[in-house]
Amino acid sequence: MITTPAVQAVGLGVRRGRSEVLHDCRFRIPRGAVCGLVGPNGAGKSVLLATAAGLVAPDSGRLELLGRPVGDAANRPRIAYVDQNRSLYRQFSVQRLLRLGRDLNPGWRPDAAEEVLDAARIPVRARAGSLSGGQRTLVSLALARGKAADVLLLDEPLSDLDPLARRRTMGLLLADVAERGATLLLSSHVLADLEESIDHLLLLDHGRVRLAGPLPELLAAHRLPDPLSVPAARSAGVGAPAGSVPARAHRVDLLPGDAGPDHTEAPTLEELVLAYLHHPGAPDWISPAMRPLTPETCEAVGA
Amino acid sequence: MIEYHVRRRSGVPAYQQIVQQTEQALRLGHLQVGDKLPTAREVVAATAVNPNTVLRAYQELQRAGLVESTQGLGTFVVRVLGQAENSAAAGLREELTAWVGRARNAGLEREDVLALTASVVDREFPLADEPAPGAVSRERP
Repeated sequence: MITTPAVQAVGLGVRRGRSEVLHDCRFRIPRGAVCGLVGPNGAGKSVLLATAAGLVAPDSGRLELLGRPVGDAANRPRIAYVDQNRSLYRQFSVQRLLRLGRDLNPGWRPDAAEEVLDAARIPVRARAGSLSGGQRTLVSLALARGKAADVLLLDEPLSDLDPLARRRTMGLLLADVAERGATLLLSSHVLADLEESIDHLLLLDHGRVRLAGPLPELLAAHRLPDPLSVPAARSAGVGAPAGSVPARAHRVDLLPGDAGPDHTEAPTLEELVLAYLHHPGAPDWISPAMRPLTPETCEAVGA
Repeated sequence: MIEYHVRRRSGVPAYQQIVQQTEQALRLGHLQVGDKLPTAREVVAATAVNPNTVLRAYQELQRAGLVESTQGLGTFVVRVLGQAENSAAAGLREELTAWVGRARNAGLEREDVLALTASVVDREFPLADEPAPGAVSRERP
């Protein structure tokens, strides 16, 4: 049986002024998925998350959460959203924010919220406005986690955390997936942060979905050239931001299943993403596992 | 209880690292029959690897007949591996310790000792199809 998807987009378009920031997006994120939302600056990641949170109305097509159109009031208790600015009431103490979370959310889990803060020793009496960027991020994530939502929409949730806090916070978020079947959709610039943590990938480029699917499937479907036949291919460093493309990404074979004898190695997540960004003309790759469910849309994406 | 450490970019897939660490604990006697493995939630929280990775590792261990999962109760060890740390091996460890001491006194470096033992182990326990790794070329007369 196929359950209602956590998130589903069908021909989704969003305009900002005269330009279209999301264009004909079609995808489905299954329940319980940990989906990485990646792409260069300005690709539309934040707009997609804000749209899913119901804060931006689609201009065309539709976007559904848990089977209902975004913005539907019935969804509100079931989704949690952390925006890039970590919007918190600056005058409120951390303690007061947690109380607010408890009072406004019927399913509030105090332990889940405190777990995020405890390890980082966030002073609970401090006002949100006096906290550092990383501390505000942790408070935002604590509130999101305390809500015990079914779908968590997280915009760059790890970006200003130190390496230890990243690992710990990601671990806690993933524990909710293992324990409660929560669905995570999280954007990140740092692919290394996502590599062992996500199981689905959604690559946006200029407002279009370029690549979508379960991560093992995507990695298995692409091949790197043999390092011996292309000596320069393996020499580039790791950790480069999505904007700058290391030399080896030029060489990734983008034709799935068409790997020749000199294309033998499966790419890493970073190599795969960079290759697609570096080849804007390469055909999009949307796995059947992430195509929208309705019959007419399956046809439209070529299923 | 066993604690897993998953190294990123080590070249070994995360699920395999969990399998290997479990096997090593079974071999060294750190895990005994009846011991419980941590839950997927616990491993995920501690390592930040995807829950599917942990499930895949546990399935692999189950397929190898080393652990069994009982719905609602957890995953338990049903068989241990090898003889590395049982009482019969204690005497062997003592002899080996003495031998390594003699090797050091004879002027061998750590790498020399490892290469030498690896070459003997490879000869006495040949792998099914893989040729023995390169230790042979470093063997001393």
